[in-house]
Amino acid sequence: MFMLKLIIRNAFRHKLRSFLTVLGVAIAILAFGLLRTLVGLWYLGVEQSSASRLVTRNAISLVFSLPISYKDRIRQVPGVKSVSWGNWFGGIYIDEKNFFPNFAVEPRSYLDLYPEFVLAPAERDGFIHDRRGAVAGRKLAAKYGWKVGDLITLRGTIFPGQWEFVLRGIYRGAQKSTDETQFFFNWEYLNETLKRTVPRRADQAGFYMIGVTNPELAAEVSQTVDSTFRNSLAETLTETEKAFQLSFVSMTEAIMVAIKIVSYVVIVIIMVVAANTMAMTARERIAEYATLKTLGFGARHIAGIVFGESIVIAMIGGVVGVILTFPAAHWIETELSQFFPVFSVSPLTVYLDMLAALIVGVVASIFPTWRGATIWIADGLRRIG
Amino acid sequence: MGIPYYYSFRNLLTRRLTTALTASGMALVVFVFAATLMLAEGLQKTLLETGSYDNAVVIRKSSNSEVQSGVERVQASIVESQPEAAIGADGKRLLAKELVVLINLPKRGTGKPANVIIRGIGPSSLLLRPQVMLAEGRMPKPGSAEVIAGASIAKRFRGGGIGETLRFGMRDWTVVGIFDAGSTGFSSEIWGDVDQLMQAFRRPVYSSVLFKLRDSGGFERFKQRIESDPRLTVEAKRETRYYLDQSEAMSKFLRILGMALTIIFSLGAIIGAMITMYAAVANRIVEIGTLRALGFRKGSILAAFILEALFLGLLGGVIGIFFASFMQLITISTMNWQSFAELAFSFALTFDIVWKSLVFSLVMGFVGGVLPAFRAARMKIVDALRSS
Repeated sequence: MFMLKLIIRNAFRHKLRSFLTVLGVAIAILAFGLLRTLVGLWYLGVEQSSASRLVTRNAISLVFSLPISYKDRIRQVPGVKSVSWGNWFGGIYIDEKNFFPNFAVEPRSYLDLYPEFVLAPAERDGFIHDRRGAVAGRKLAAKYGWKVGDLITLRGTIFPGQWEFVLRGIYRGAQKSTDETQFFFNWEYLNETLKRTVPRRADQAGFYMIGVTNPELAAEVSQTVDSTFRNSLAETLTETEKAFQLSFVSMTEAIMVAIKIVSYVVIVIIMVVAANTMAMTARERIAEYATLKTLGFGARHIAGIVFGESIVIAMIGGVVGVILTFPAAHWIETELSQFFPVFSVSPLTVYLDMLAALIVGVVASIFPTWRGATIWIADGLRRIG
Repeated sequence: MGIPYYYSFRNLLTRRLTTALTASGMALVVFVFAATLMLAEGLQKTLLETGSYDNAVVIRKSSNSEVQSGVERVQASIVESQPEAAIGADGKRLLAKELVVLINLPKRGTGKPANVIIRGIGPSSLLLRPQVMLAEGRMPKPGSAEVIAGASIAKRFRGGGIGETLRFGMRDWTVVGIFDAGSTGFSSEIWGDVDQLMQAFRRPVYSSVLFKLRDSGGFERFKQRIESDPRLTVEAKRETRYYLDQSEAMSKFLRILGMALTIIFSLGAIIGAMITMYAAVANRIVEIGTLRALGFRKGSILAAFILEALFLGLLGGVIGIFFASFMQLITISTMNWQSFAELAFSFALTFDIVWKSLVFSLVMGFVGGVLPAFRAARMKIVDALRSS
């Protein structure tokens, strides 16, 4: 009890210095938490993807399409429950700054495959039956102030021209982490227009989505599909949605690795700052430690006092940092929603935050603890601050 | 050198551990600051060197990149017949109708697939890009299933080395040469005969038309004419502009990320400097009082402590830049979101970055030191001398 009191008293003896150190640790923990969350988001698409969905695309690469006739042959593969198809449209809304993912999809089967996109029944019917119909996510619609019934024009980059859509519905995510910034429209509209303008590119699907009856069949189904089209003009590559998303993510992996490294660097920086504080504190108190030793306290007590003080300061900083993370994450989610549609801090991040704070406290105290514990009484008393 | 300044430097030497810790904290921050600037610079450099100002690229209107573009044969011929294209030594136009597609290739080692650009080239393609040199082997024979690979492809992708074969478009392609394109984006491409590739990919349209301008100033006129030609649905860009537009999003992302990180990190380092300087002041109250009693003015004390902080910052800055300069050895490869292709670039250190980093480190030192220095300068002589 006495020790604890001493530690707490010591920690706040230099109010300004302790405040600055706590502030420093808090900022570092805040940054660490936000960076970890950012990295987590990168992989969010991978985690969200369902195990019972497969993606079939052209084996050469994504820019090549597949004939629409493949849909019936895929449907015949045992284990396939439903097939949907679509194209990455890559349209631009007014200006290139306003980026959001937009796809041409076969509406009925696509919505069946993606139960996480929740639409009111009337809106769903409207989308399926209107050839120029489109649906947008809740956040996307809110951002541009779209209402059901609005006309939306996209400028095509892959499919040239100005494309007009009627917004037939606004979907909500079934889970909090569902992406609500996507835009889908009726694939028939794209195809019929291409038949008139560029017949060469009509009747082609950019990708097929396959729903399997049982996730365990996924590997078997993808092999069967690929072997069906082997040695044809358009060979296919079928993989689970997860693997498909992961292949995208892994292409930008270098950047994520850099962010991860940086999140550790920020901890190292603050470790240095905290170590410095503790070193200074210990140096100033050498005479006190010698006095305590004279009174009969052992090296272990002195070590405990220094160590405890370091931990107390680091943990207070850690707690403040964690508390600040939540409003900061909320701010990012509302202000930067076009980059980060969801920015939620996971419990794991909070644990890692506290662990990082603890490590900062321990590392910062190593040298001063050793110094305080091993000081000779005579040396300590002789020293003048 | 006045006594207060000498005193400041000696103090840094005496408190070696504290000085080292504070300076290394700052060094880390300067390191991150310099590294992000170097990365953005490296990307910029790669893209600028990839294009040349006197070349014009013609792609389909509002397709942002060659990969998305498609120029019908008829349209390509119309562009070819424009008078702006320069004539080469052999009397032919310095113009290439090219095909650009993405394919998936597995990397060496991990076997992870990544997107690679395959470029179908014409006879003039190499002449149009003086930065590209054949380093090994020979050029592919027209009409054969032969390709040449960029140096960075040969190194990083399975089957990309000379004599090896790559399989795509239902054919096996032999790599007969390696070309070196320095730090430009072409190093991450594979080149082959355009007609063969069009056959293999069953894509009967070109992606772009590239030509050298007869007169560099004639570009605007050319652009205006072909963009208003009712037979054409194309747009023209200078090659340099084209490549800069390609990576706009990427360089913006790097810049914002670097900025945010630097701000957060520098807060940490400034706090560190502040703690150190406050302690330096607190430990030396009597000494400061003595200096004042000896007749040194408040201004001198203020200057001495600020100088000490600045020197601390400078030390951190120099160490940070020293380590950051080693980053030049590292090459980053990642996917460019705008072209969906693999892009390799390295950290580039310029004099400008060195200079900015040093100023940044001095500013950090100054901000950290100014408050403690004021505290030191404002102390009353009597109080300072009395405290023990």
